[in-house]
Amino acid sequence: MNSWRNVWTITKRELAAYFTSPLAYVFIVIFLLLCGFFTFFVGGFFERQEASLVRPFFDWHPWFYLFLVPAVGMRLWAEERRVGTIELLLTMPITAWQAIVGKFLASWLFLALALALTFPVVITVNYLGRPDNGVILTAYVGSWLMAGAYLAISCITSALTRSQVVSFIISLVVCLFLILAGFPPVINVIEQVSPKLVDLVTFFSVMTHFEGFQKGVLDSRDILFFLSVIGFSLFTTSVILRTHRAG
Amino acid sequence: MIKVQNLAKVFGTKRAVDGVSFSVNRGEVLGFLGPNGAGKSTTMRMITGFLPPSGGSVSVGGFDIVEHPIEAKRLMGYLPENAPAYTDMTVYGFLNFTAEIRGLRGDARKQAVSRVVDMCFLGAVLHQSVETLSKGFRHRTCFAQSIIHDPEVLVLDEPTDGLDPNQKHEVRQLIRRMGEKKAIIFSTHILEEVDAVCSRAIIIDRGRIVANGTPQELRQRSEWAGAVTLRVKGVVASAVTAKLYQVPLVKKVTVVDDKDGHVTVRAFPKSSGNGALAQAIGEAAHEWQIEQLHSEEGRLDDVFRSITMPDTAKEAA
Repeated sequence: MNSWRNVWTITKRELAAYFTSPLAYVFIVIFLLLCGFFTFFVGGFFERQEASLVRPFFDWHPWFYLFLVPAVGMRLWAEERRVGTIELLLTMPITAWQAIVGKFLASWLFLALALALTFPVVITVNYLGRPDNGVILTAYVGSWLMAGAYLAISCITSALTRSQVVSFIISLVVCLFLILAGFPPVINVIEQVSPKLVDLVTFFSVMTHFEGFQKGVLDSRDILFFLSVIGFSLFTTSVILRTHRAG
Repeated sequence: MIKVQNLAKVFGTKRAVDGVSFSVNRGEVLGFLGPNGAGKSTTMRMITGFLPPSGGSVSVGGFDIVEHPIEAKRLMGYLPENAPAYTDMTVYGFLNFTAEIRGLRGDARKQAVSRVVDMCFLGAVLHQSVETLSKGFRHRTCFAQSIIHDPEVLVLDEPTDGLDPNQKHEVRQLIRRMGEKKAIIFSTHILEEVDAVCSRAIIIDRGRIVANGTPQELRQRSEWAGAVTLRVKGVVASAVTAKLYQVPLVKKVTVVDDKDGHVTVRAFPKSSGNGALAQAIGEAAHEWQIEQLHSEEGRLDDVFRSITMPDTAKEAA
């Protein structure tokens, strides 16, 4: 019980830190603008003439997150290391795990808020037609889990460096790989080289696992995939933090 | 309260800390001296559990810092070097956060925060963001953080660094007062601080302890300890030195100043200690017009220099 209280203390601090800097507001505005622009103009929401958010809205999420999630996660550890507050944090009577989980949770909740603020899209589609709101809900859940996976990867890259910019770029590249592993043009190339590899490669892609949620299917394997990416990444973060200190 | 045994830390091929052992009891203030890069901060980081030791052990209040880090950390307050603090928070927010993470809730937390705000004179900047604070205020904010839970053990890495003379004085007073009931380790470059605050001092150089004792004992190791300075009028310098060399206790005489008929000389004793030399010199000089005669207590900076850089200290002398 006590350990969750520590986690929550860290989470509260981190969340507050987002909102004292303009970064949070900038992030949310950009995210909402992108969502609106791509859904209605690029995604052809109206031209499709169907009451669905899957193609025009959720299809873009892996790409939005590619830039936005590393921007949210980049400061988590890099800033602590640059300012030196990591020395305070890790000499407090809490475990490194509580700090890692607390920080991750704060950013994840922040992303949840950004995601929740896209609700006008849901209202619009409900106003215009009769969409399957169950599908929309599972797609939201999937989108949030996917954001969590990206974020956990950003945690690793943030722990690797003192520089937020370096952290941003590395996590962007890593996340790009996770997308491209399931991106049709890339899969086609791999298929020509070796068809056997396709299953293996696509298994590691967020695209493949997000697909199920977009169809309204809550597959335990997909949920497990995202959760294990998160778990593994946070574990790696703890190893990196420990190695830094071991010298 | 703090027991450090054979502590070592290796960074790559460099032995930053190499077999350091000491202990600090309740009611003791231990000054940690040493040149830059001697391993002071590294030692403190290992004591507070930030860096895992490469060898040896640290126990705080009976808890091993590696085996039971949470229990040990709970007993400790720590002011890291350069006094880091979350720049995006206000002073109040920051102290509240550290109180909460130290397990203080509700009224206990409010009391703790207002107590340290008073102790560290932070009232004026309470709702200002840490980023906008001057160095002195930021330093005191971080210091306040370290004592918020009224810990039994305090580890302070250069607590007076960057403060103005008044603030330095305040912080020293604070450390000395708290030192009556707590076990405190603090590092410093400023030797007068050791005199003002410490009950014991350790000098560390290249990762090893090279001296350990009370400030008084350390001063005794100085060449200056027991030296006598004499100023007379109307005598030639050579005559004064010649006469003083006849005093049996004198080992060496140097002329400090020779101007307008005033001669200042300093006589070093063969064995340091009591005021016998001053008395003997006073007798030898009774026919001159004595303007000043006093014996030195020994200088810490002298000891510090001769211990940490033996070669250059000799040249200078």
